[in-house]
Amino acid sequence: MAHIQLDSDSLEKETTTLNLGPTHPATHGVFQNVLEMDGERIVSAVSTIGYIHRAFEKIAEHRPYYQITPLTDRLNYCSSPINNFGWHLTVEKLLNIETPKRVDYMRIIIMELARISDHLICNGILGVDTGAFTGFLYLMQERENIYEIYEEICGARLTTNFGRVGGFERDFNDIAILKTKKFLATFPKIMRSFEELFNRNRIFIDRTVGVGAISAEKALNYGFTGPCLRATGIDYDVRTANPYSSYNEFDFEIPVGTNGDTYDRYMVRNEEIWQSLRLIEQALAKMEKEPKGIFHADVPAYYLPEKQDVYANMEALIYHFKIVMGEVDMPKGELYHAVEGGNGELGFYLISEGGRSPYRLHFRRPCFIIYQAFAEIAKGSLLSDAIVTMSSLNVIAGELDA
Amino acid sequence: MAIATENLIADLQSTFGTALSNFEEPYGLLTFQTNKDSIIPVLKYLNENETYRFRFLTDVCAVHYPTTKELAVVYHVQSMENNFRLRIKVFIPESNPKIPTATVLYESANWQERETYDFYGVIFEGHPNLVRILNVDDMVAFPMRKEHPLEDPNRIDKNDTYFGR
Repeated sequence: MAHIQLDSDSLEKETTTLNLGPTHPATHGVFQNVLEMDGERIVSAVSTIGYIHRAFEKIAEHRPYYQITPLTDRLNYCSSPINNFGWHLTVEKLLNIETPKRVDYMRIIIMELARISDHLICNGILGVDTGAFTGFLYLMQERENIYEIYEEICGARLTTNFGRVGGFERDFNDIAILKTKKFLATFPKIMRSFEELFNRNRIFIDRTVGVGAISAEKALNYGFTGPCLRATGIDYDVRTANPYSSYNEFDFEIPVGTNGDTYDRYMVRNEEIWQSLRLIEQALAKMEKEPKGIFHADVPAYYLPEKQDVYANMEALIYHFKIVMGEVDMPKGELYHAVEGGNGELGFYLISEGGRSPYRLHFRRPCFIIYQAFAEIAKGSLLSDAIVTMSSLNVIAGELDA
Repeated sequence: MAIATENLIADLQSTFGTALSNFEEPYGLLTFQTNKDSIIPVLKYLNENETYRFRFLTDVCAVHYPTTKELAVVYHVQSMENNFRLRIKVFIPESNPKIPTATVLYESANWQERETYDFYGVIFEGHPNLVRILNVDDMVAFPMRKEHPLEDPNRIDKNDTYFGR
């Protein structure tokens, strides 16, 4: 029942239309919500997306496989390395390439760093949306440290284009390992003080507990994956359900929530950060036990040769030319491969009919699927709660629109 | 409880008979074809069966095959309890691309079907709001179909013929 009552022949509406977005600080990305408001309460929400649609699936049908990696960077740009490795793992599955153990461990280090940076941003900004700016600044510095590790290994920070099919473009250098160890040593203290600021903070709890809750059944029906699903109490994680990149050798836990509300999503992400730290520690230890200097599988037909070999060795020159020009014939096949991205199950459905590019490549983008539940979650809630809910769903426009 | 692939195939074949065909397992993922009349009953059966519990619709997308003038709508469903994935394909003619909507079973199908409609023009009958989602509303083509080139064919500064493309 609306607060304002109008006569039946009135030309006015009882509700107010409010455009939230496309460029609004609270959406953290370019997408629009047309809200029908009754006072402070949301009567209905209609989401409009596609503002940064870049036709990646179409482009992918015309590019050689190695040129698709930069496209995946731009899906969830808060954790690009996970997307990159997800794509490499898909292609490796197509080609039946088995990567050396050391490569797997190196990938895990980078993927878990990416997961930490993704969750840091989400939880930091959730703090900002509830009115606490300090925590965000604490965490931004740590994200900076993670980006410095990326930079040391691949030269890029945000859109990383990490690794190659079969492994990495180069080995971790000493500085990268040193920086990772330093991060492991200093980050827990910062993370603890961040948690002290929020976890038992009265204002934060008032703003998040019971806000934007969704039941486990509803979440499954809406196709939730990742922290948003685990917050409802379902312990589904691709890393344990269908382990890739040797995750099965590691000892880590899958945190779950109970209510599926904003606070649980926040807590699940925080706990996942701690678990990621455990994984990185284990992966570093395991990596050091492996023979040094191995950073890619021995697949000359798909992995670019060393530059000095290209000038001195005929074979290498041929492979170099074929790979760079995209003249490598890929085998026929059809497969679906999923990795646990920052927001949930990031899937690659690939059909290859041979030739240089995929016949069809479809990205299963967790954000896109999760975000359709927003209209239902937001319905009936206060506008300020809807903003917090949207923030905790961690909608990344790049992943939303592909 | 784990699902044995052979038992699942046998059970599905005894329930749906000839409506299901082309069972195969590329890269370890059980795939089969069905027709547009059977897709919703098949999904419903898999969803409601207490042993299988395929309660999760992972993905919906389409593939265009211009040589046979067909569109394939591809469903990935998943049973989290049994850790089992399935791929179901439905081939529909390009001239009459109609298929019933899966939104009656899964809320997650809503936007995924809109996306499939947006890019391939597959009409999901009974969908609550089948409009374009990522492209602009007044677009006339279905851009992911193979007849549409990626780049403007009138461009002369990008000649790739020397590279066999």
